Amino acid sequence: MSPPAAESYLTDGRTVWSWLTTHDHKRIGVMFLGLTLFFFFVGGLFALALRIELLTPGRTIMGHLAYNRMFTLHGVTMVWLFMIPAIPSAFGNFLVPLMIGARDVAFPRLNLASVYLYVLGASIALWGMFEGGADTGWTFYTPYSTTTGTAVLPVLVGVFIIGFSTILTGLNFIATVHTLRAPGLTWMKLPLFVWAIYGTSIIQVLATPVLGMVLLLVALERVVGAGIFDPARGGDPLLFQHLFWFYSHPAVYIMVLPSMGVISEAVCAFSRKNAFSYRMIVYSTLGIAFVGFFTWGHHMFASGQSTFGSGAFGAMSMLVAIFTAIKIFSWLGTLYRGSIAIESPLIYTLGFMFFLFFGGMIGVAYATTSLNLHWHDTYSVVAHFHFIMVGATVMAFLAALHYWFPKMSGRCFPAKLANGAAVLIIFGFIATFVPQFLLGNLGMPRRYADYPPHFQSLHVASTAGASLLAFGFLAIAGYLAWSLRHGAVAGANPWGSDGFEWRSASPPPTHNFSTPPEYPTGPHEYASEEVQHAA
Amino acid sequence: MPPEAVTEHWGSEGARRQAAYLGMWVFIATEVLLFAGLFTAYGVYRSVYPEVFRAAQLTMDVGLGTLNTFLLVTSSIVVALAVHAVREDRPGLGGALLLAAALLGVVFLGVKGVEYAHHVREGGLPGDAYRFTEVPRVGASLFFTLYYLLTGFHALHVTVGVSVLTVLGVRSASGTFGSAYATPVELGGMYWHLVDVIWLFVYPILYLS
Repeated sequence: MSPPAAESYLTDGRTVWSWLTTHDHKRIGVMFLGLTLFFFFVGGLFALALRIELLTPGRTIMGHLAYNRMFTLHGVTMVWLFMIPAIPSAFGNFLVPLMIGARDVAFPRLNLASVYLYVLGASIALWGMFEGGADTGWTFYTPYSTTTGTAVLPVLVGVFIIGFSTILTGLNFIATVHTLRAPGLTWMKLPLFVWAIYGTSIIQVLATPVLGMVLLLVALERVVGAGIFDPARGGDPLLFQHLFWFYSHPAVYIMVLPSMGVISEAVCAFSRKNAFSYRMIVYSTLGIAFVGFFTWGHHMFASGQSTFGSGAFGAMSMLVAIFTAIKIFSWLGTLYRGSIAIESPLIYTLGFMFFLFFGGMIGVAYATTSLNLHWHDTYSVVAHFHFIMVGATVMAFLAALHYWFPKMSGRCFPAKLANGAAVLIIFGFIATFVPQFLLGNLGMPRRYADYPPHFQSLHVASTAGASLLAFGFLAIAGYLAWSLRHGAVAGANPWGSDGFEWRSASPPPTHNFSTPPEYPTGPHEYASEEVQHAA
Repeated sequence: MPPEAVTEHWGSEGARRQAAYLGMWVFIATEVLLFAGLFTAYGVYRSVYPEVFRAAQLTMDVGLGTLNTFLLVTSSIVVALAVHAVREDRPGLGGALLLAAALLGVVFLGVKGVEYAHHVREGGLPGDAYRFTEVPRVGASLFFTLYYLLTGFHALHVTVGVSVLTVLGVRSASGTFGSAYATPVELGGMYWHLVDVIWLFVYPILYLS
């Protein structure tokens, strides 16, 4: 005789211990969500400090070394502790088993281990930040990173450990999607979010080990003077860049692909239409995952690599734009004549599409060697990768947070407030980063704490945008925290979505379903009268 | 739906075995890529310093390297036999074979230790500590750095493998595994074969010229 089933995964054991030892993918997803939100906040504080320092020429609030540490910590925190794990580890863990009709991921204990590895790595990296902090930038370029006297080692070790957390999560998703799909759920019926997470996982397991090894080599270089990347000892610093970008360029797609999955889900749900050219979205996901491995050299156009190499890497980089364009056209095709509901996730989706399109088109220009050399290491590059990585990842993260908040908490949030915050965030982003494109084009280099006075007006504009963003994020934190307790009860499917994850209760029970769900139709099939009407 | 199925995945033991196998293959892929960074570095520096690398290779103890290759290949065969024995429902024999393979791994580590002791005495140390007079320093210190990284990282994997094989051997001898449930032994065996295969790449590029 088993005890009566708990109402939801949230009420199945209320002690802290029951959370710390849980094997439930939903709780692990929620823990990752909390952790990544915390580091998003920390990284955001660093960003604001940078923007305040750049408000006036000369020293504003901190010296040059403090500035260098600050942008390093901002990059490290945002890239490895927020953007890479945010959507796959938090939302992927929560949703993938629900979407494929499984009770849990394939290796629940490994899943819990990946949380602890993340916490361990983050703690070591944070400890390094307080023990002086690295001043290398998040890219750890040699030979500077092997010779600077700051605390690079703990940050390297921390990132190394976080990498293993990423690998375990990716490995788990691959095995889960392959082996635990409910009967009848064929590959071409998988929700697009699952496809996106699957593509991401492939990149994670293939690229992350190379990053781990190269970080280990830098660490050894610092400890025993191994000489691999040190020209004075016969080594080659460019080898570091090759190995580093072999991971870190695909890592951009680790951040963007899951975002695209979220957007595909939101577009279908809020236009009440079946995905336009589902198969093309799937194939372009796999295409980006594949081509992403052959683009790393576009970070090294100014390194003296061969002209042929630069041309080849440039052309491969441009291929990514084709796959991305397929997705954008598919989303537009889905929205076209859909029954569109302007809810906050859709507003973020539109913001995402703007940033992806705008930032992506500029990316094609950057993949051209001649233009790239003009913009190399200027604020243009900073603005470009913030458009793609932050604009896209954060927009999709916020879309996901709002779209699945009722699923995770069982509560709704105040819709009008959320819509207002979404608009504020999108305009904040534009105001922050468009001035940076202009600054870079005028020649303002990145990573500088100081600048000549004629750049000041654009810097002020950028900092003003960053303040808008900060207000927007605080507003979101406020109303979501309020809604956790006081929001209206959501019911199983508050958006009226046809996504597979909404077939279970909100919040879902511990083992997701009481009977195996059935899959007579593909994902996002809105056979309702609205679609008939639209057609 | 029978009630006991509620606590399990929808699939069967077979599905779980399939998941475990797939997980192991993906893990092996990540391990190969972990070493790929080192192999890349080796290839780059060998093309930059071809003569020095050849001279450094000539100072390696080919005899001990070959002995180690022989030990690892033998242990791989023993592990394969152990997996076969467990599948044939002879867990006692399987356990004994697993422990024998673990022992071969320990001997491998011992031989590696003897080699390391030689290098330390001669001053063939990585990076700054390099004092070996037979080969000029520029380039050779890189060879020795990569030598220690490749063999050291491999030895770490051997150590993990020995522990895995020992635990599996003891559990198999106590009858945990059999024809109905052999997945952990099979996965442990796969891991050991991986360690062996990596050595089959490390050995020729470091010892044979």
